[in-house]
Amino acid sequence: MKPKVVQYLDKGEFPLGEGEALALYRAMRRARFFDEKAVTLQRQGRLGVYAPFMGQEAAQVGVALALGEKDFVVPSYRESALLLARGLPIHTLLLYWRAHPAGWRFPEGVRAVNPYIPIATQIPQAVGLALAGRYRGEDWVVATSIGDGGTSEGDFHEGLNFAAVFNAPVLFLVQNNGYAISVPRAKQMRVDYIARRAEGYGMPGVVVDGNDAVAVYLEAKKAVERARKGEGPTLLEALTYRLAPHTTSDDPSRYRTREEEETWRAKDPLLRFRRALEARGLWDEEREGELLAQLEEEFARELALADSVPEPRPEEIVEHVYAEMGPDQRRAWEALRQGRHVEEVW
Amino acid sequence: MVAERARVLNMVQAINEALDLALARDERVLVFGEDVGRLGGVFRVTEGLQAKHGEARVFDTPLAESGILGLAIGLAMGGMRPVAEIQFAGFLYPALDQILSHLGRWRHRSRGRVGLPVVVRAPYGGGVHTPEQHADSPEALLAHAPGVKVVIPSSPERAKGLLLAAIEDEDPVFFLEAIKLYRGSRAEVPEGYYTLPLGRARVVREGGAATLIGYGGMVEVMLEAAEVAAKEGVEVMVVDLETLVPLDEDTLLEAVRETGRAVVVYEAMRTGGFGAEVAARIAEGAIDYLQAPVVRVAGYDAPYPPFSAIEHHYRPSAKRVLAALRRVLTH
Repeated sequence: MKPKVVQYLDKGEFPLGEGEALALYRAMRRARFFDEKAVTLQRQGRLGVYAPFMGQEAAQVGVALALGEKDFVVPSYRESALLLARGLPIHTLLLYWRAHPAGWRFPEGVRAVNPYIPIATQIPQAVGLALAGRYRGEDWVVATSIGDGGTSEGDFHEGLNFAAVFNAPVLFLVQNNGYAISVPRAKQMRVDYIARRAEGYGMPGVVVDGNDAVAVYLEAKKAVERARKGEGPTLLEALTYRLAPHTTSDDPSRYRTREEEETWRAKDPLLRFRRALEARGLWDEEREGELLAQLEEEFARELALADSVPEPRPEEIVEHVYAEMGPDQRRAWEALRQGRHVEEVW
Repeated sequence: MVAERARVLNMVQAINEALDLALARDERVLVFGEDVGRLGGVFRVTEGLQAKHGEARVFDTPLAESGILGLAIGLAMGGMRPVAEIQFAGFLYPALDQILSHLGRWRHRSRGRVGLPVVVRAPYGGGVHTPEQHADSPEALLAHAPGVKVVIPSSPERAKGLLLAAIEDEDPVFFLEAIKLYRGSRAEVPEGYYTLPLGRARVVREGGAATLIGYGGMVEVMLEAAEVAAKEGVEVMVVDLETLVPLDEDTLLEAVRETGRAVVVYEAMRTGGFGAEVAARIAEGAIDYLQAPVVRVAGYDAPYPPFSAIEHHYRPSAKRVLAALRRVLTH
């Protein structure tokens, strides 16, 4: 039996209050704004390699807004929208993508861990973080996310099994965007829906239309409530598509067709949600203009803040390897600080 | 350090005592791994701990090493102090991604915001006729991982104090326990809680003719060789590195400068083993004092043999150490 794909917008349903609907839209719009600016900055040489998320705003923002203040996100590298919606300041995120050390230290109070480059390794870690909450008498929930390609890794399976065995309060978001860089889902696995795997671990698996912000948000809320009540983990598969390349160094025209991209462009989660809001009189051109002006102003301010951070010092290379420097780091630190090579002072 | 009355214990008992004390002292400490709960571990190192401290504090995990390391990382991020057991160090390999990509990097990649006070205990090494893979000595792999510490005790008394220090440490520590020493070494161990500092090598025997350098299960082998040499009138110094990372280079170099001759002993494969690092450090820091090339006594460039009848040819013996000693003395 085919799993039911949860969706609301295409059916004309909109079971959200005005406040949460607008919060969801604003956060998605802000994320898209960031993504577009980031790609432009990268093209200008003012950002390093960047992984755009355009098209996946509903999946990421929907989950982020379903979380409570004390909950954590453990993202992968395409999850800038998730991080922004969880309160990571734009300038920190810009510095992160500039590969500036100042962007790697997330501010205290932001309940997010640094994004991961190795695939799926965050999955068992999210389970540990969730259990730590239980030990400490906190009821925090951990939302962690991964792409469809990442579910082929062993750590994905070990992590899900651990979560089920320990009944850990975790929401596993799979952003099924159809491709592991260039390899399509069908060449990645022989199962039609990744959420089907959930049953094999002993947890609920839910498939949502990942470009339907209402569906993602409401299903994520259910999963978070379940986890908080001690009912364990949920695997939430969001069917979506990355409208942009894998990274700014990638060329998707080599592995997918313009027609396919156009089909998905028509399902742009931002436009779909905006149309639904407009149909209910909750949004219009004027409000959109106001929001864009605000975002423009905020981004300019944050970019200036990022630009004002001084270049990293060479000795930062060996800082924070250990709580206290060992003799080898100490010697290298002194050399780098003096503008010398360690071989000269060793 | 609280040195109270001492009793004679083997290393299994000493480590068990350390874990018991750590669990009792700090409620953030958790002990977990495969079979560590009800069974008490395949070597009985965790015997009785679950019964005493409860299933929440001492628990069995599914059989998945990467999952165990990942769980430990997450628990530490959340403020706990996990002590994970990997059943044999040769089973660490599935977890190398967690170790190399994360465990040792978190403090660095969060610029000091998130440190991971994780201890990973694993039995290692040969000499007890274990099956394939069970005798591996992967300390060089771990020493090559940035951001972790590597500690290898050589006696019950050292093991207890070093393990308690490792659990108190704010950074990830790999604590490798020589299987040969688990029940094969007995020593007076102080009662009560005490720590021994990480990052210090120690001279365990004085002597001026040459310096033998090793750690863990090789310390007793070196001491045995030193005894034989002494009977022939040759007094050699024996250095136990004890902590490979961070390495106490000062003590190491001082010990070599004093004798001018060095033999490095380790039971891992020779090429790229930790002894190669020791030899390189000696070359960089004490070449002017050397009267002979540094000689390594190590395993062969082959997997540790699971063939019990010939295993002892692979694992360095006192005889092989003596042969190397002769080489550096007659150079």
